[in-house]
Amino acid sequence: MKTFVWWALLTGLISLQGDIEVIKWPTLEEYINKKQGKVKVINFWATWCKPCMEELPYFEQIHRDYKDKNVEVLLVSLDQASMTDKVKASLRKNNITAKVVLLDEVDFNKWINAVDTTWSGSIPATLVISKNNTTKAFYEKQFTQQQLEELIHSLKP
Amino acid sequence: MIMKKTIALLSLTFLVVSAVVLSSAYKVGDTITDFKLKNIDDKLVSLSDFKDSKGYIIVFTCNHCPYAKAYEERIIDLQKKYGKNYPVIAINPNDAVKYPDDSFENMKKRAKEKNFPFVYLHDESQSVAQLFGATKTPHVYLVQKEGVKNVIKYIGAIDNNYQDAKAATEFYVADAIAALEAGKDISLKETKAIGCSIKWKE
Repeated sequence: MKTFVWWALLTGLISLQGDIEVIKWPTLEEYINKKQGKVKVINFWATWCKPCMEELPYFEQIHRDYKDKNVEVLLVSLDQASMTDKVKASLRKNNITAKVVLLDEVDFNKWINAVDTTWSGSIPATLVISKNNTTKAFYEKQFTQQQLEELIHSLKP
Repeated sequence: MIMKKTIALLSLTFLVVSAVVLSSAYKVGDTITDFKLKNIDDKLVSLSDFKDSKGYIIVFTCNHCPYAKAYEERIIDLQKKYGKNYPVIAINPNDAVKYPDDSFENMKKRAKEKNFPFVYLHDESQSVAQLFGATKTPHVYLVQKEGVKNVIKYIGAIDNNYQDAKAATEFYVADAIAALEAGKDISLKETKAIGCSIKWKE
């Protein structure tokens, strides 16, 4: 039994990711399309992406300032699913408490357009969805803290 | 408050302007303008230098990006397989000030280490990447010669699995070349892939 558990862990049958959930595209798609009374701020990033790591603390700040004010931040890591330890270490180092998922989907062409048709595929990239999905805005760019704060503020969450 | 609104308006203007800049990018079917860039052997290279080719596989790539690295072997393979008719023209557009790994000297080093069988050009002014509207590395533009024109036939990724070449099931560039060679329509003229953003100069 013990051997089986180890084997299952190693091969990823049992997910023990701690605070990172490894997801597939349909899960993210469902979240994007779900109507809720909160603004959704979905940031696509990876640990190796320097501009992503530079702006990650700004998203964390939005999470801390707005989590009780109808704004939900979701950080979608595009790191390899085999590198969750590296992702977790990076999150600890940056004191990230916002929700993080790792999107384990390498067949990019199958889902990038579904996030936003204007997305060419570079990261960082951010999708902002208003309450009840009335409007969506997509940004293929690195935010400054001020730009991000102004954007969230302008949504009057 | 007024200050904040002004900033919001300014950032909005900025975003609109960026969107306009992006939309001027080359699309499939567009004729491209030739360029002249410095190769790792310090010689200037233009598309017109490849007199006998049928087209080009232009790849915006770089040294530092994990996706670019993941595709290095496959770019080498493209050159080996199709280079005679469709030579690989690799172009590094990244700002070496922000990313020293992508400096001209490091391009030479990387090319030597990996024995690149293709030209590896330095787009130091970033003007070629801007002209193409390239946004990331790797970013492929398959071009076919039509008389005196160089026409874009495909834009996107090399295949559908950056992590594992052996696990890829769709070979976009190879399929596009096969279609061109057979005089058939390319079934997937554009694909999207995650890549490292091109590091523009400040």
